[in-house]
Amino acid sequence: MRKALIEFRNVSFRYSEDEPWVLKNMSFTIYENEFVAIIGHNGSGKSTVAKLVNGLLFPQEGEIFIDGVPLNEETIWDIRRDIGMVFQNPDNQFVGATVQDDVAFGMENRGFPREEMVKRIGETLAAVHMLDYRLTEPHRLSGGQKQRVAIASVLAISPKVLILDEATAMLDPKGRKEIMETVAELSEQQGLSLITITHDLSEVVKVERVIVLNQGEIWAEASPREIFSKRDELREIGLDVPFVAILAEELKRAGIKLSKEPLNHEELLEELWILHSRT
Amino acid sequence: MNNSLIIGQYVPGDSLIHRLDPRTKITIIFFFVFIVFFANNVPSYATLILFSVFAMILSKVPVRFILKGLTPVWFLIIFTFILHLFVTKEGQVVFEIGAMTFYSGGIIQGFAISIRFFLLILVTSLLTLTTTPIEITDGIEDMLEPLKKIKFPVHELALMMSISLRFIPTLMQETDKISKAQASRGVDFRTGPLKERVKAVVPLLVPLFISAFKRAEELAMAMEARGYQGGENRTKLRELKITKLDAISYFIFILVVAILFATRTYG
Repeated sequence: MRKALIEFRNVSFRYSEDEPWVLKNMSFTIYENEFVAIIGHNGSGKSTVAKLVNGLLFPQEGEIFIDGVPLNEETIWDIRRDIGMVFQNPDNQFVGATVQDDVAFGMENRGFPREEMVKRIGETLAAVHMLDYRLTEPHRLSGGQKQRVAIASVLAISPKVLILDEATAMLDPKGRKEIMETVAELSEQQGLSLITITHDLSEVVKVERVIVLNQGEIWAEASPREIFSKRDELREIGLDVPFVAILAEELKRAGIKLSKEPLNHEELLEELWILHSRT
Repeated sequence: MNNSLIIGQYVPGDSLIHRLDPRTKITIIFFFVFIVFFANNVPSYATLILFSVFAMILSKVPVRFILKGLTPVWFLIIFTFILHLFVTKEGQVVFEIGAMTFYSGGIIQGFAISIRFFLLILVTSLLTLTTTPIEITDGIEDMLEPLKKIKFPVHELALMMSISLRFIPTLMQETDKISKAQASRGVDFRTGPLKERVKAVVPLLVPLFISAFKRAEELAMAMEARGYQGGENRTKLRELKITKLDAISYFIFILVVAILFATRTYG
């Protein structure tokens, strides 16, 4: 059994007294070294979850434990050290005047000695393939590059979990691919938990577990393959079903039996080859 | 587009002047501005001119960049020159045009004032030409450090300055985008009477402000998520170092000041 890293116990949250609950009695656990996706349509409460994990918001009811420590005003600064967050807008989270200044920002806040900062800047920028841009100003970078810098600046303080809060939503397909590749690489190399929060189902292919939110509640919690098979239900709660899943559905309707639910083009292709050689 | 986005007039380079600590440059220029007003004869002016031209040559900044910095003040220099020509009535009469009489004193005064102006602009623009805005910010933050004792928010001020510098290009790109969007909806920024053109700026400024506020809010959240708790116990990546070069510069400057006070006329 893996160690629980983030634990929500009956958490309810609303922005103010006279507003409806954004999260209703939510409980879930995310373990060490796990790669989890939280998906849901706009307003399902998924971004609120991210802000609660890191103490940017506090729940009205229920408790949140990070690595066994309850999250409250006293523990928040220590907990933020363990939780790295990358937000949606690449521009609005870039604090430094140049790439290396931005990576240094989090370390400066935590009082890292200078030599350590220089060392980590090199390491983390290399990990996101941005080492050549050390001295570049933000307005000369593409959105995808800025997001990779944001990931590097979060990694620099060696968190236990990296949360991507719609980090690819404002990027073009190329930038999105860059980020997803970087993230997949990191999840293999760095041994940290990863949570990606998104409304794009095609991003969840590589994760171990998907938590689907709807109307502030957990609607499903399963492997990507199981989630992909619930196409109609997904459509009902306002999520776009990826093309591969639609194609697989059509094939089934046409009477072609696939041995497993394909997650991407390669898997579907594989299935079709097997099918072809069998017939 | 990208060229116009470079903030200030910084000309990248690796000259001796570029390599000076920003605090050295700021200090020297600060005192230079004062001593310019003590020059009052040919040798003292010559000392100052020599010093400035020497610095200019060392900086390796192309002359046209320096002249570009001077363009907005040419008018002022010429205006004060002419003013002195008419107003100062000392020395001998040099020539007369109609009812106007020009005195030698006026011409000399005019020249002196113009040279002062010229030197001031030249030296201060050397600062912005050879120092990045962020270096200037760092320098100012460090020099204001003693004010922390009287609870002056030095760190906050410096952070504000550096964040504004960082967001200027972003907001400029945004302004460009909004003005194009509004132009495509029929707002005319270029023609018509002044009053109409001023009015046309409103649909540009309102969205710009709204987005700037939104950005500020998100930035604050991102900073907090990254552990920003104010200036206390904070370390810095960027460090300022006083080198031999700085010591030499101070020495040269003190020499210049000494020569100036030795050669100027008293009484």
